[in-house]
Amino acid sequence: MPYPDDRRYTKDHEWIRVAGDVAEVGITDYAQQQLGDVVYVELPDVGAQIAAGQAFGSIESVKAVSELFAPMAGQVMEVNGDVKQHPEAVNRDPHATWMIKVRLSNPGEAAALLDSAQYQKLLG
Amino acid sequence: MTVANAPNDPTANVPNDPTAPNDPNALSRTPLDSRHRAAGARMVPFASWEMPLEYTGIAAEHLAVRTRAGLFDVSHMGEIEIAGKDAVAAVQRVVCSDPARLDRGQAQYAGLLTPDGTFLDDLVVYRLAPTHFLLVVNASNVAKDFAWISEQVKAAGGAVAVDSSSRYALLALQGPAAPEALQPLTGVELAAIPPFGFAFGEVAGARVTIARTGYTGEDGFEIFVPPNMADRVWQAILESGRPVGVVPAGLGARDTLRLEAGMRLYGNDIDDTTTALEAGLGWMIGWSNERFIGRDRLLQQKEQGVARRLVGFEMVDPGIARHGYRVTQQGEPVGVVTSGTQTPYLKKAIGLAYVPAALAGAGSELAVDIRGRQARARVVPLPFYKRGRDAVSG
Repeated sequence: MPYPDDRRYTKDHEWIRVAGDVAEVGITDYAQQQLGDVVYVELPDVGAQIAAGQAFGSIESVKAVSELFAPMAGQVMEVNGDVKQHPEAVNRDPHATWMIKVRLSNPGEAAALLDSAQYQKLLG
Repeated sequence: MTVANAPNDPTANVPNDPTAPNDPNALSRTPLDSRHRAAGARMVPFASWEMPLEYTGIAAEHLAVRTRAGLFDVSHMGEIEIAGKDAVAAVQRVVCSDPARLDRGQAQYAGLLTPDGTFLDDLVVYRLAPTHFLLVVNASNVAKDFAWISEQVKAAGGAVAVDSSSRYALLALQGPAAPEALQPLTGVELAAIPPFGFAFGEVAGARVTIARTGYTGEDGFEIFVPPNMADRVWQAILESGRPVGVVPAGLGARDTLRLEAGMRLYGNDIDDTTTALEAGLGWMIGWSNERFIGRDRLLQQKEQGVARRLVGFEMVDPGIARHGYRVTQQGEPVGVVTSGTQTPYLKKAIGLAYVPAALAGAGSELAVDIRGRQARARVVPLPFYKRGRDAVSG
């Protein structure tokens, strides 16, 4: 599965797609492959403040639990209720399945994250 | 995202770090290793073996076993044989069932116990001949078990113990379609093998032992095959089973299937700190066997009652309890989760936990500390899934 050029990536295998001062956050195809069948996603409440590099939720597969780390700081504007209802969407289409929408504290921070080519290089 | 696996969950391994030093001698490979890789399996280290965790995905393989059938390579399991004129007495000494009550061609689930009545291992004992028994033990315990059994058998005299693990590959064909997939390949009349019975015969031209045993809660067979014939038998079963939907299945599905069926996993749910009575396995104890090691302690515990019990629970609040999580009451730890997952078939978050006897009754309200959050759970009767009772509807 290709890693789209329209977003940034972290070494923890999250993606973030920034539009103005708002961003969508999800996990990468590599991450969902490592997890296997996703069965549960725990996400913050709307209004929560999240800090770059800090856990904002968790994602569980049949065999393991993983923390979700915020790529950038901001305030949660929206939580994807569909993904809570149908966590398997993360396996099916990870790059179209955002988990939270965040109003960014500093949109400029995105430049410090990996682009698609850098992320794929990290995966080797 | 970082994967934080429960430390003792044997299926919770992430793939090998590709940057790790390449040491092909570090792990054993089953005779089917190249088949697994060709089929795209994710291979993981497990008990010094490299084993398939999943082929297409744990959930899909789990459902295949519940509704059709799955074929597992469980060649990592250990085999220990005890034979000799006093073999019955020797086996009676080391296992806590009563193997004297087995006829030739019958098997039993049993524990290998310490003098304290706790588990060195759990196993299945097969009576191959009047004075010849086969014990199938957990892969991680083969060396420990064999050392212990040899010592006990030697002390008793009149029998010998042999570690014959390398003489067997073991395939498990599990699921409602298992008889249909296997029957065309063998002259053995499968319908005549009762649960926990076994027969000698041929499958796809290989000399095998076919046992109606398993670790999934489904009907099915475990087939003991000479290692050099394993590939042929594996391929033949997959081919014969294709029309009825048989697929290869990995250790990930094996673990979720056994948990749904309420079966205990050594190292998670039972170990050398827990007894059969605490683990709710009192039914496996053969009290007519007066020879087994650990009997006195179990008898004492039976009379005094146990302080804690292994129970099944379902989560009431959202979240999944995992191995090692604390069971709490008013925020205070009172027990521990030993296994937990979200099961693909029942689609519930379930688990096993040791709790004080007073909380062990069905319907008891528990809380599980899920990474700092006290999530409500409820004790339910085991097994979570019972074949026939919990069939697919709609």
